[in-house]
Amino acid sequence: MGRTLTGRLAALTGEAPERECLRLLDAAGQPSAVLSRRRFLEGVHGAAEQLRAAGAGPRDLVVLIQRDLLTLVTTFFGASLVGAIPSILPFATEKLDPVRYREAMAALIRVAQPALIATDALVAGDVAALLDAASGPLPRTLTVEPRFVSLVGGLQHEASPEDTALLQHSSGTTGLQKGVALSHRAIFEQLDAYSAALGFTPDDVIVSWLPLYHDMGLIAGFLMPLLTGARLVLMSPFDWVRAPHLLMQAISANRGTFTWLPNFAYNFCAQKIRDRDLEGVDLSSMRAFINCSEPVYDASHRLFAERFEPYGVGLDRLAVCYAMAETVFAVTQTPVGEPAPVDVVDRASLRGENFARPATGDAPAERIVSCGRPIPGMEVRVLGEDRTPLPDRHVGEIAVRSSYMLSEYYRRPDATEAAFCDGWYLTGDLGYMAEGEVYVLGRKKDLLIVGGKNIYPQDLEALASAVEGVHPGRVAVFGVPNPQTGTEDAGLVAEVDTDDEAAQNEIRAAIRRAVAAGSDVSLRHVWLVPRGWLIKTSSGKVARSANRDKLLAEMGE
Amino acid sequence: MDNASIRARLREYLTTDILRDPSYPLGDDEPLISSGLVDSFSLVDIALWVEQQFGVHLDNSELNADNFDTVAELAAYVEQRQ
Repeated sequence: MGRTLTGRLAALTGEAPERECLRLLDAAGQPSAVLSRRRFLEGVHGAAEQLRAAGAGPRDLVVLIQRDLLTLVTTFFGASLVGAIPSILPFATEKLDPVRYREAMAALIRVAQPALIATDALVAGDVAALLDAASGPLPRTLTVEPRFVSLVGGLQHEASPEDTALLQHSSGTTGLQKGVALSHRAIFEQLDAYSAALGFTPDDVIVSWLPLYHDMGLIAGFLMPLLTGARLVLMSPFDWVRAPHLLMQAISANRGTFTWLPNFAYNFCAQKIRDRDLEGVDLSSMRAFINCSEPVYDASHRLFAERFEPYGVGLDRLAVCYAMAETVFAVTQTPVGEPAPVDVVDRASLRGENFARPATGDAPAERIVSCGRPIPGMEVRVLGEDRTPLPDRHVGEIAVRSSYMLSEYYRRPDATEAAFCDGWYLTGDLGYMAEGEVYVLGRKKDLLIVGGKNIYPQDLEALASAVEGVHPGRVAVFGVPNPQTGTEDAGLVAEVDTDDEAAQNEIRAAIRRAVAAGSDVSLRHVWLVPRGWLIKTSSGKVARSANRDKLLAEMGE
Repeated sequence: MDNASIRARLREYLTTDILRDPSYPLGDDEPLISSGLVDSFSLVDIALWVEQQFGVHLDNSELNADNFDTVAELAAYVEQRQ
């Protein structure tokens, strides 16, 4: 079968044109579109025609900023059909500060040089207004509308397997400057390996609310079902976060078998779904809820299993995956149908000696959930400070190697070069291995993961530095783990001169407003400290983790 | 409960439990959702709390920037449904 994105779609359509492949749900959880493979491909051709007419062609980068799901999914494959490279970006929400959005877009445009920005009727006005005020040369924009055309030849560009199929970006000014370029070949090798690890078949039904600009949503919650012939039921993250029960109702109504969720969603669903919204819901069709994209808490799994046991989900249905855009998606996976292994280790040894010694007796212990074993074709190592491999149970940086890796960071040879060491990709994640299982503990770098989203602290620090009364550059942002929510809270500490309480309250409020308006997160903690309080590194930079430890120690946490 | 008391309860809850900053000078007409001050993850919390505190029915889908973006708007809704 075809080994390019649209080649595979066409082959699957030829096999069983009337088989349902995609169902989109609206804010009330009702189907807004139910598409057979043939109908979906007609929508892809409809989008391709519009893109072609706007001048998009082979190897052009097409940036997708679209809110309407039907337009987004058809434009993505439509761009691929004409040989272009699609990259989905988050759209500007009403709250986002236009100045910040413009800066982030300008950074992307400068580095990646997209040929076209594809929008939809819902966001076209916002995008145009934002770009209008930007300086420098701008790509053209096109407002795509859902259109279904009968399948005709002439649109399809014959891609080769090594061609770049898509780019994936992290969010924020920093993330937008590093697009992960993935080839068709790498994507299909990942899908083959991951399908084997899961025992995934065309009879599976994926239910997902994940955003498609994130690797978990793009690969597991979009490309995998559509390119393997399974069914996908897709809803908007904006609808799910306001009404999390929609996921459970959609699983029940569609006999769902797989969904991928970041850890916070286990707490969120367990704590925030009303009984009245679960009446008649049956989750027993699920083969696995797969926890992925932020550190996994054993307590979150227990909470979830306790809440949803009456609906047919026990711990044996809660699996774990370790994944990243640079390997297309999955690195490891725990077996489907079994509880994820939990390693109980001595806390003092783990924290103090970077050694995951199995706990004994009554000493304080930590329960570390396994992310599973490497999927077929994937190698995992843990490296020490000198980048040599460490033995089992020693904590170091996780490095990975496989035939399905990124081709490059798009137009960033410097970043590509820096990411690899002797053919191994340095993940920036800390963890250890034991008896073949991979345990991931957190980030080596200062990146925050809040609600599954990667947040670069420097982006938030820049926003706070612009607030009057804050010493520019004398700000540190870091994550504070919150067991209650199952994710990290974003905390910020800033140096100020005033010790007047009213003035400090005003500065705190202004920092919150600036960060809320200019980023994807709200700060949970804002601390103001006197000049000279922050610890700096020898190179004069604010040391984030050292300042977090100092602050939490002072707070007595 | 009268409108002023409802607003006072809402302000206290929002600054203490949602913003985690009791000193925050929250105004009754300050935009909460459209400004990003309250992130989308907190909307369900607010809906659940309002239902429990005031004994009114508030579906998740109702709590959005179009309907209730401020303390004053939310208080008016609660008063009307009580």
